[in-house]
Amino acid sequence: MRVVVVGGGPAGLAAADAAVRAGAEVVLVDSEPWPGGQYHRGTPQRVDSRVRHLASSTVWAVEGLRLHVRRGPADSPHRTPHVLDADAVVLATGAHDRVVPFPGWDLPGVYTAGAAQALAKGQGVAVGTRVVVSGTGPFLLPVAESLVRVGTQVLEVLEANAFSTWARYPHTLANVGKLGELARYAGVLGRHRIPVRTRAAVVAAHGDDRVTAVTVARLRPDWSVVDGTRRRVAVDAVCVGHGFTPRLELAVGLGCRLVDGFVAVDATGATSVPGVYAAGEVTGIGGADLAAAEGAVAGSAAARAPEPPIAAMRAVRRGRRFAMALVAAHPVGGGRHGWLLADTVVCRCEEVTAHDLDVALDRGAADVRTLKLASRAGLGLCQGRVCGREVADLAAARLGHPLPDADAFHRRPLATPLRLGELADTPLLPEEDL
Amino acid sequence: MRITVDGEPHDVPPGRTIAGVLIAAGRSSWRTTRNGDRPRGVFCGIGVCFDCLVVVNGVPDVRACLRYPADGDVVRTQHGAELPT
Amino acid sequence: MRYPDVVVVGSGVIGAACAEALSAAGAGVTVLDRGPLGAGTSAAGEGNVLVSDKGPGPELDLALASLRRWPALLDELGVDVEWDAKGGLVVATGDEAAKALLGFAADQRPEGVDARVVTPDEAHEREPHLTPAVVAAVHYPQDAQLQPVLVTKALLAAVRRRGGTLRPGVRATGLRRRDDRVVAVRTAGGDVPCGIVVNACGPWSGEVSAAFGAPITVLPRRGVILVTAALPPTVRHKVYDADYVGAVASGDADLQISTVVESTAGGTVLIGSSRQRVGFDDSIRVEVLRALARRAVGLFPVLADVPVVRAYGGFRPYAPDHLPVVGADPRCAGLWHATGHEGAGIGLAAATGRLLTELVTGAEPHLDPTPFRVDRPGVLG
Repeated sequence: MRVVVVGGGPAGLAAADAAVRAGAEVVLVDSEPWPGGQYHRGTPQRVDSRVRHLASSTVWAVEGLRLHVRRGPADSPHRTPHVLDADAVVLATGAHDRVVPFPGWDLPGVYTAGAAQALAKGQGVAVGTRVVVSGTGPFLLPVAESLVRVGTQVLEVLEANAFSTWARYPHTLANVGKLGELARYAGVLGRHRIPVRTRAAVVAAHGDDRVTAVTVARLRPDWSVVDGTRRRVAVDAVCVGHGFTPRLELAVGLGCRLVDGFVAVDATGATSVPGVYAAGEVTGIGGADLAAAEGAVAGSAAARAPEPPIAAMRAVRRGRRFAMALVAAHPVGGGRHGWLLADTVVCRCEEVTAHDLDVALDRGAADVRTLKLASRAGLGLCQGRVCGREVADLAAARLGHPLPDADAFHRRPLATPLRLGELADTPLLPEEDL
Repeated sequence: MRITVDGEPHDVPPGRTIAGVLIAAGRSSWRTTRNGDRPRGVFCGIGVCFDCLVVVNGVPDVRACLRYPADGDVVRTQHGAELPT
Repeated sequence: MRYPDVVVVGSGVIGAACAEALSAAGAGVTVLDRGPLGAGTSAAGEGNVLVSDKGPGPELDLALASLRRWPALLDELGVDVEWDAKGGLVVATGDEAAKALLGFAADQRPEGVDARVVTPDEAHEREPHLTPAVVAAVHYPQDAQLQPVLVTKALLAAVRRRGGTLRPGVRATGLRRRDDRVVAVRTAGGDVPCGIVVNACGPWSGEVSAAFGAPITVLPRRGVILVTAALPPTVRHKVYDADYVGAVASGDADLQISTVVESTAGGTVLIGSSRQRVGFDDSIRVEVLRALARRAVGLFPVLADVPVVRAYGGFRPYAPDHLPVVGADPRCAGLWHATGHEGAGIGLAAATGRLLTELVTGAEPHLDPTPFRVDRPGVLG
């Protein structure tokens, strides 16, 4: 019984651990050199010695339960191929920051909150000296804390929604132990006199060759700007995050059913495809504790453990209530489309502006495929990973109805780019040494 | 460990990516876009956006935020779309 | 003169071209598609407008007629569809392939194909990154490319401007007939009355014709294309390996690769093309991707270190004899078919729309329709 776990964050590590404890042969495939994922960056985690840990390894394609992997330095043409056949796969591929476009967001010095976090926590590198953190969701607080730790002056933290929604879920927060965490962040921010403002956001960034200032404005509940509240703040960097987007390439490649943009799983972490399990942020955004609990459950199930992991299953139920509250408390407001100017870049790779999208829509593009080809949005190197969701949302807002094939942006049979020469040399079958 | 970036030598502490090296050295951009010739650096920081591309040892389209350099790597700014050399 | 109302089922480039030509002739046209407009086979190809790959015969006649028609048609449409008369360059790297290629070109020339034999040096002048292994090459200045989704949309927009109706998301489930004449197309949302129905459902034409009670044999063949990162200008023509011709005319189920490498307006390089009979299975096959990559690196060694960012595939419609099916169904008055163009539908669309319209309206056809007739061996189910 071989279980292949994809992803070395909290969910993947827990899944690998649970599966190996249940007696399965486990391979952990992780694109990072050290286990821990985005969450545990800078504090490498232990992996059970019975787990075969393929670090710096990227799954670039799946053919059923056969995984095609390339191992070695990122984007090098000289990586080693591996082909893995699995009896069960656990997808723990995580999520990346969602950022909604605003004028100037393509300037150097504008970072996602996750980038600032990865550089600060993982490498001790500060993205700037005077920084505003803006977006929505509790993740902004640990990002601000990490920036403070590397010596950055965090000028303010802007939450586009109101925290008041959370008052409806006091027990949920207490149940998952989030109150203590929030209190700790509040303490750090308070000590450094960093104001946290709600219903406010960075709605534009300014500068020639890098960001030198941002426009901060107060927002209505739908995220439209309250007139007369715009003010300019001098910065040398800005960190933005408007929630997270799951990394769905492998799940979609395997044919897993999605619900509301996430991989649908049952109570054991099983997806709609036999032998394929999923855990962590790819199934819904709920933080590291929930991800680890889901990983433990999915890893056990994938390895056909005789005993169900009762404690982890209970933690999953608690955590999912928190996750639902998170979604309710931190929506992305439709008024954000009003932040865009005609020349605001929407697709960063192909430098497609809001105006270019409007032209394509005016010419009759009414589905993702046509919109992509007519505007070039989503056709660049990132393949719509950054802009896909926003392009689909923006087009739906302009047209007054959702696009019929909005999911088309998720379909990337090549889960990550590889060099043509690597593809030409790839083995088709598993090697003997595994 | 030591690499050069656009001809300048940089010391690389362990566990630091090319992007980390460059940001720590005070650079915020090291690529220009293909159409608008606009400067770009790190945006997502975790390999999703492909904004932070550099040319490493003659191979373009390398994500600086993911790439841990090897001693002696020759790194340079990427100008728009480039062919490997 | 006013012709009976027409329903075109299928909004790919063939359906769109038929609808456009019929509406230009004065017909009231409704286009139905079970999905979004033009999102099937037409959205999954390179946009080939080729004569180079066709030997003497009816398909070449149709291709030449189409090639003559496209410039005027695009002029009438008035939309930029990234038309690029870049020309094709077919190269051979072995003596046997060279001999076959030169013989093929010699056969094409009397038919009106501009096929110019060039030396390997001249080939490298045209394509500086081409492999030094080339021993023979033929330049085809007539080969062109356009953006298939944009041209399909432009054709459909013309239909709408003339008062036609476009109905995406409407599935044709059958025909209503009276005295063996079509009187309506059945859909889940009710009947659409009409005197004429055109089945232009590409690889799904077989199943649609069966639902119409008049089955024809048109089958899918899977094709996959690789897309590289955007590059500086690297590949100038459509560049083919000389084995291209053999694969097009074959019906073997086994994987066939005929290498085609070309740049797009956006700077990416497209690498095609595979042919495989796997029904409508659209799952990724690494074996196919690898075969495409090997051939492309063989033609252009510089591409070895270039990133591949995407692979996408589609289904080509083919009849058992690999000729398009364009004409009236002998079993049901008012039912017409325009399908089976395999991988050449974009290029053949202009003449196909025109020919079908001539047949429907009783005008003098601009080329012999007999080879494409529906009641030929193997097509009538």
